[in-house]
Amino acid sequence: MLTVATGNKAVAAAVKEAAPAVVAAYPITPQTEIVEQIAEYVSSGELRSQYIPVESEHSAMAACIGASVTGARTFTATSSQGLQYMHEMVNWAAGARLPIVMANVNRALGPGWNIWAEHTDAIQERDSGWLQVYVGSVQEAFDAVLMAFAIAEDERVLLPVMVNLDGFLLSHTMQPFEVARAGDFIPPLHLPHAIDPAAPGGYGTLTGPEDYFKLRWDIERSMRDSAGVIRETQERFARTFGRKYGMAEEYRCEDAEVIVVAMGTLGREAEVAVDLLRGEGIRAGSMRVRWFRPFPRLDLSGRDVVVIDRDYSFGFGGVLAGSLAAAGGARPFSVIAGLGGQEVTYEDIAGFVRERRPGEEFWFGVNGDV
Amino acid sequence: MFEVRIHSRGGQGGVTAARLLALAAVRDGKYATAFPFYGAERRGAPVVSFVRIDGSPIRISSQIRKPDLVIVLDPSVMDVVDVLQGIKPGGRVLVNAREPRDMGGHPACSVDLTGIALREKLEVAGSPILNTAVLGALAKMGIISMESAKSAIREMFSDPRNVSAAEAAYRELAA
Repeated sequence: MLTVATGNKAVAAAVKEAAPAVVAAYPITPQTEIVEQIAEYVSSGELRSQYIPVESEHSAMAACIGASVTGARTFTATSSQGLQYMHEMVNWAAGARLPIVMANVNRALGPGWNIWAEHTDAIQERDSGWLQVYVGSVQEAFDAVLMAFAIAEDERVLLPVMVNLDGFLLSHTMQPFEVARAGDFIPPLHLPHAIDPAAPGGYGTLTGPEDYFKLRWDIERSMRDSAGVIRETQERFARTFGRKYGMAEEYRCEDAEVIVVAMGTLGREAEVAVDLLRGEGIRAGSMRVRWFRPFPRLDLSGRDVVVIDRDYSFGFGGVLAGSLAAAGGARPFSVIAGLGGQEVTYEDIAGFVRERRPGEEFWFGVNGDV
Repeated sequence: MFEVRIHSRGGQGGVTAARLLALAAVRDGKYATAFPFYGAERRGAPVVSFVRIDGSPIRISSQIRKPDLVIVLDPSVMDVVDVLQGIKPGGRVLVNAREPRDMGGHPACSVDLTGIALREKLEVAGSPILNTAVLGALAKMGIISMESAKSAIREMFSDPRNVSAAEAAYRELAA
């Protein structure tokens, strides 16, 4: 039945459906409600998981790694500083080929101390070997968590998946959503390199240059294969639950002369800007990037591109804009907006499109209104 | 798109009121989102929460600047906050008050939600619970159906006095 709940509650509800054997987590704003709700499910017996309340995020991921290596389905959630603190273990999880699923509620990094939405926290983990998906609604948060387990645990992937949702804009915003009964959507996990606790063993992980190189390539090969697994899983999800998702969500792009590219809630708000611009006779479209790793191929040829980055790489630029330029040779108008939860309305986005200057970078609210 | 801004004080249940209104709108077959403005909120400080209601899925996440309806759960915030800021021309106001109040010429309704809550003995830690009663007033104003208001309240609260409070507000709303 359709209910109304926050993005955090939707993530917890999806975790209940996926029923991981182990959840290890540490609370942090604006993610806390996820692990609180999961703890309640475990406490009431609705979810039969081992819930491990740890003393830090580094330990949360370490506990997930320890559980996952026995072949157990595992989940954790974090945000911002918490993700930073677990950084070492984030890389370990991918290198050890463990299909851990983590929800990251995107929040700015301090200082200045700020609890509001920004993508830089997750973007900084882009080279870790984790798959990353960014969602645009409460329903999508639920659906993405369910699919994340199926994708991560597929033997062609066996890499961890991070589901990203915007702090407050999704984590604390209540929207209608439907709890889909997972049923057998997520097949049982068979980890080929699992250690059996009944016959304890270990891996000597010291690896010389030749083998290390092969292990790195194997991560990349799986990352490339994951695009096909994502497509299959999203198609199977659509057949089972009736909701369709792509690598990116295209909106009114067919005849567009200019396309807005963004992630998360800004990508949804951009669709409203597109409608506004179309009303003015500007043939605009929107591509909301969902999967950032593996990075999608977007057909942007022959159109102007306006990229909105809710992140920044100092000394380089907006990471999404830079990625698009590298992948497709686009010369985007690179807009840096929404950092630290800065309010960006569809009217602002329409303004970026009207006043676009291909090849330039524009800091919204710093340069003043366009 | 119908946009609502709710003014209250931290701890009075403004966020829950927003959620109840969104849930009732969804039960009416519409789409709705509800969200608080998160700042340095603390118990007793003026806070705002927002609700959007529409016939199609809502893609806007930014705050509501031009509300169609302003709800004032605690009239004392009007001493420190301009509750009419940005309200649309002809936008309506609902105030928790015994007597009708002049709201800058905007169509204003009042109902004594606090009195109703106290009569129904709906209190938490000595504070009257206003967020279920207000749904009855909103039903009377035609924002949601009374059937959906009651259904939303029952989904979130098991105590039947919450529904009685909404029914009282429905009866007593003065336009």
